[in-house]
Amino acid sequence: MNELIDALMVLAVLLNLRLLGSSRLASCIRTVAIEGIALGLLPLLLAWNQGLSGRLVFLAVASIVTRGVVFPWVLLRAQRNANVQREVQPFINYPLSILTGVLTLVLSLWLCSRLPLPQAPQMLLIPVAMSTILVGLLVIVSRRLAISQVLGYIVMENGIYVLGLTLVQDIPALVELGVLLDAFVAVFVMSIVTHQISREFDHIDADQMDSLKG
Amino acid sequence: MTQILVNILLPLILAPLLLGVINRTKAVLAGRTGQPLLQLYFDLWKLLHKGAVYSRTTSWVFRAGPMVGLAAILTASAIVPLGETSAPLHFAGDLILLAYLLGLARFFTVIAALDTGSAFEGMGASREVTFSALAEPAFLLGLAALARLTDNLSLTGILGGLTWHTWAASAPELAMAAAAMLIVFLAENARIPVDDPNTHLELTMIHEVMVLDHSGPDFAFILYGSSVKMWVLGAILVQAVLPASSAGYEARLAICLAGMFALAVLVGVIESVMARLRMIRVPQLLVAAIAFSLLAIILVLRRP
Repeated sequence: MNELIDALMVLAVLLNLRLLGSSRLASCIRTVAIEGIALGLLPLLLAWNQGLSGRLVFLAVASIVTRGVVFPWVLLRAQRNANVQREVQPFINYPLSILTGVLTLVLSLWLCSRLPLPQAPQMLLIPVAMSTILVGLLVIVSRRLAISQVLGYIVMENGIYVLGLTLVQDIPALVELGVLLDAFVAVFVMSIVTHQISREFDHIDADQMDSLKG
Repeated sequence: MTQILVNILLPLILAPLLLGVINRTKAVLAGRTGQPLLQLYFDLWKLLHKGAVYSRTTSWVFRAGPMVGLAAILTASAIVPLGETSAPLHFAGDLILLAYLLGLARFFTVIAALDTGSAFEGMGASREVTFSALAEPAFLLGLAALARLTDNLSLTGILGGLTWHTWAASAPELAMAAAAMLIVFLAENARIPVDDPNTHLELTMIHEVMVLDHSGPDFAFILYGSSVKMWVLGAILVQAVLPASSAGYEARLAICLAGMFALAVLVGVIESVMARLRMIRVPQLLVAAIAFSLLAIILVLRRP
């Protein structure tokens, strides 16, 4: 099981790098969806040895459906409405973003070796969670389009989800559902806002919003 | 003794056949009959019987380029083992010698191209140097990850030490190192996602453009050198992917050769299903290879 969890973490890192290196919005959205599904499987794998409970399976399914089906559906719709295919000129270019993504992993590995963390079952879980949060932050600050920034937010949320899963062994179902609902509402509202921006200004370049100040 | 002879002679004899297999695969997938499997041998034979033409503006550098290039690549082929046995030339750290022998061959190709004074060749030389500057870290970091994984600093030890056990214990790292090596293999041999070997006189080519002014035996040396280079890089990739077994020497050699030709078929398939990347996207592909190698080495270093 440990090898499988490690492989899943490596997959998450590779998907993060793909998100950083790809300019097509549709493929970015799909990447984040695959990452959501992969990370949604994580609680099942973590609890495999203790045996699965119905509550756990329900939460995992809810998380997979939200992250893997609902988010991409909402975002792909927003992308179609705004009629943009690709991020044209990010603030940090793609090769540099990929290398920065690798750097965040190095940084989180170093950080984890210094932090007084409780003994985690897998050594890669916490570093990858931290680097996922940092990658989400990087996407938010380095991309111009509103949809890319929503993707950054979702990736950050994915990282926080893994971190919570690792540090707090047993999250009450109510809290977890609440978090999921929050994330869903946030993405939903952001996609509506994106739609409004594109209708009002014929673009969804968040950088140009600066010039609206009176 | 026979093992060493086989290890030296087999790449020299079979290397041009690899290109024939690639071309045959592409022809079959495109529904053509294609050129004969032994076409490159015929080409080399023909070129060796021609005279060479040298421009008056060139110096000795232009004449030395193909010879030094071929010599460096042939030396490199002696470092790489075949069939997970001992290579004819092996010592701790020979992987660095290998990387820089290939670098030396590239350097002489580049300055021979610059020596002609042609703007077109200078353009190709500049591209070659730009892309290989990105491919080399990916190659060396990938080899470093494999070296750390097997606790060995010579190619013989590394490629012989990757067993089923290593694959079972650290599959993600090995897979990422292999992916990086595959990208480097395609880039260094001027295959399709990076460069298109079929096009001549096109503004986007990289490797072909540097050797346009070479003729006769010099051009034969260059063609033969690049086919041996493909064999050398391919042998590293294949033996890194195929786990070492405890079978007899003949069986291991047969598996390794089968792997080489499977790699040639794979390259043919890649070239048939993909188009060449736009020039400005190539660095991104190579940076992805560097990222793969970096991740592999980070994860390998994390292992206790």
